[in-house]
Amino acid sequence: MAVVLDKSHRWRVVLAHIAIIGFICLIMFPFLMIFSISIRPGNFATGSIIPQYISMEHWALAFGFSYQGTDGTLMEPQFPVLLWLWNSVKVALLSALIGVVLSTTSAYAFARMKFMFKKSMMNGLLLIQMFPTVLALVAIYTIFDRIGSYIPWLGIESHGGLVLAYTGGIAVHIWTIKGYFETIPVEIEEAAKVDGATAFQAFRYVILPVIVPILMVVFLLAFISGINEYPVASIMLKSTDNLTLAVGVKNYLYPQKYLWGDFAAAAILSGLPITVVFLFAQKWMISGLTAGGVKG
Amino acid sequence: MSRSLEKIGQQLVSAAAVLFGLYVVAIIYMAGEFMLALVCLAVLAFGVFVYTSSRAYSYRYLFPGLLATLVFVVFPIVYTFAISFTNYSSRHLLSFERATQYFLDQTYMIEGGQSYDFTLHRDGHAFRVRLEDEQGEVFVSPPLAPYKGPIIVDANSPDAGDAALAEPVDTKVLISYLPNLKLVSFRLPNGHLLSVTGLRQYGAVSKLYKENADGSLTNQQDNSVLTPNMNTGFFETSSGEQLTPGYTTQVGWSQYTKIFSDESFSQPFFRIFMWTVIFAGLTVLFAFSVGIVLAVLMEWEALRGRAFYQTMFFIPYTVPAFISILIFKGLFNQNTGEINQILEMLFGLHPSWFSTPILAKSMLLIVNTWLGFPYMMVVSMGLIKAIPPDLYEASAIAGAGPLTNFFRITLPLIVKPIMPLLIASFAFNFNNVMLIILLTGGRPDFLDTKVPAGTTDLLVSFTYRIAFEDSGANFGLAAAISTILFLMVTVLSLINMRLTKVNAQEAR
Repeated sequence: MAVVLDKSHRWRVVLAHIAIIGFICLIMFPFLMIFSISIRPGNFATGSIIPQYISMEHWALAFGFSYQGTDGTLMEPQFPVLLWLWNSVKVALLSALIGVVLSTTSAYAFARMKFMFKKSMMNGLLLIQMFPTVLALVAIYTIFDRIGSYIPWLGIESHGGLVLAYTGGIAVHIWTIKGYFETIPVEIEEAAKVDGATAFQAFRYVILPVIVPILMVVFLLAFISGINEYPVASIMLKSTDNLTLAVGVKNYLYPQKYLWGDFAAAAILSGLPITVVFLFAQKWMISGLTAGGVKG
Repeated sequence: MSRSLEKIGQQLVSAAAVLFGLYVVAIIYMAGEFMLALVCLAVLAFGVFVYTSSRAYSYRYLFPGLLATLVFVVFPIVYTFAISFTNYSSRHLLSFERATQYFLDQTYMIEGGQSYDFTLHRDGHAFRVRLEDEQGEVFVSPPLAPYKGPIIVDANSPDAGDAALAEPVDTKVLISYLPNLKLVSFRLPNGHLLSVTGLRQYGAVSKLYKENADGSLTNQQDNSVLTPNMNTGFFETSSGEQLTPGYTTQVGWSQYTKIFSDESFSQPFFRIFMWTVIFAGLTVLFAFSVGIVLAVLMEWEALRGRAFYQTMFFIPYTVPAFISILIFKGLFNQNTGEINQILEMLFGLHPSWFSTPILAKSMLLIVNTWLGFPYMMVVSMGLIKAIPPDLYEASAIAGAGPLTNFFRITLPLIVKPIMPLLIASFAFNFNNVMLIILLTGGRPDFLDTKVPAGTTDLLVSFTYRIAFEDSGANFGLAAAISTILFLMVTVLSLINMRLTKVNAQEAR
């Protein structure tokens, strides 16, 4: 921009920097606090905000080791955090995989083929994907309760059941993948068909390799939403060893048994890898988020 | 050659899949779920049609996704509607058949009947029971494995040639097997039925109820009659006394009339509804305000280090929400929380965040704005990028300041395209059950309600608490409220689709 910059402009830039840094300090405050709490001895240590002593007790407990306190008492880990993390990852990976596999071909059909009721099906799908799963919690609980009385590994208190329940996100996936198919020129398949490929071969060997990026994005989105899901997991899983992370960590903060320090270490230990995955996927996520919203 | 082999292989796999499907249908049918078996059979038949008929070729691609959508999304929604017309709750948990069976399984001790001392004997991995009546006559059961369900076993007098029983087990072992023995009844050669009546005693018992042709049950002991009342979902005596367990029945619209006309439900319902709207509205307003200001800053070219700032601003969005919400829960804690420590130090304040309604509400809004502004920032940035830069050049030439630019150019130009996202965000926060349950649990509670209801409850956390935290577990009522919420979300979504379509047309 060829505009003359005056002195007030420079001040504004400096002011903006100060305001932004101040704001960053404000939003980072919870994370700085939680880190300081995790290396501060004891679960009730009130007083100073910057710890005077550094203690690794909470970290040892979070990793599942027992810890010998300075006064000789032996502390045992209260909760299996790493097991919870593993449960979460397992359920989220499986449900993301199933979601992608089930939605890809449908998205292809919606983007490319002509068939009866296409328009109304698409509108229905658009409407359905806006319904939050929490509204059907009662039904989900009842359904899995009844399934469980015949097939225990798909019922309440099973990870198999939870994976199935998470498959409900599929409407969103179909919609996202369909949007990507529409950006791919039809000529690619037509060329393959001219070369003698059947419709399915064109899909399998020509189209599928091209859409791997969007499948990765959808997989990642589904994985992250699986890790972050709370309501369904909270009604399906009850026994301590079975919980996912989202349901488990809140056990640290019961008023009767308030383990603030142990929680801090467990929260960082389990939250950090997920955050790193998320940050790593940030670019894709942002394009996915905006594309999905604006195109509709 | 290999192609035809491949084809045969494919056909074999398909045949196996169909056979497996039929097997599953058969299992479901055997389990007594006739309707479900029928639906599964229909799905299977449709699947076979789709994958064999060339006319349904596109449906081959659609089938997996559509089936999954129907089973995992549409069916739970429809089932929620169905439950909302029943009295399904912890007092009406069983189906009518199972409740009837429960009463038919009840027994009573025959008065003046014999009692039998018994001992338990190991026989390999199984056990045998030895019964001896008051006259010294002995009966012995066949070897029993620990059964799971109720069972009736014949016990006979031992033959002379039988191997002698092992030593009786000691009391500790006996006690550990008592729950199993409670499920076992013995039938003696004379037809008498025996059940456990004490730690070392079996007694003659008889079934308490007999089923009549009209579905009512006659008490064999005092000849009173229990009639099933399909309106209340209970078996009732002639004086109207209700016997537990009740069973699930259709109750029509009564859950809905309860919500809207029963004062003790409608009062909290409308208060919670108001707060839900305020909460969702203010959340969107705050998050959007913070988000767009940051977005404008992040698009300001004179500012260096924007990429770094942007990453920092995005971090609250990347940390799993269930962790950051709990971190805030601890930080806001009244006595040990760090936020109150700082407030105490600086201003001598000691607010009780969790027990004062207005403070609890502010806390929710603060936390939710913190969670939500990065998303608003990112989408606003995308939209600001699309504004033609010559507009700003023109306004700079006209001598306009940054505030004028913001309110006259930026805001008016992105309000329209961002509207659908704001509505979607409103709908999401309208149903943000995780935030409420993890942070305040809906508390502090109203004191004047029958069902648990809190000042910070959203409608959706209200249903969550009714169904899963209250001991009454009133699934029917929760499903009715969920159904109302479904309608609200549908209206919001339809408005949203309409707006998106209008925007898309204008963009062309």
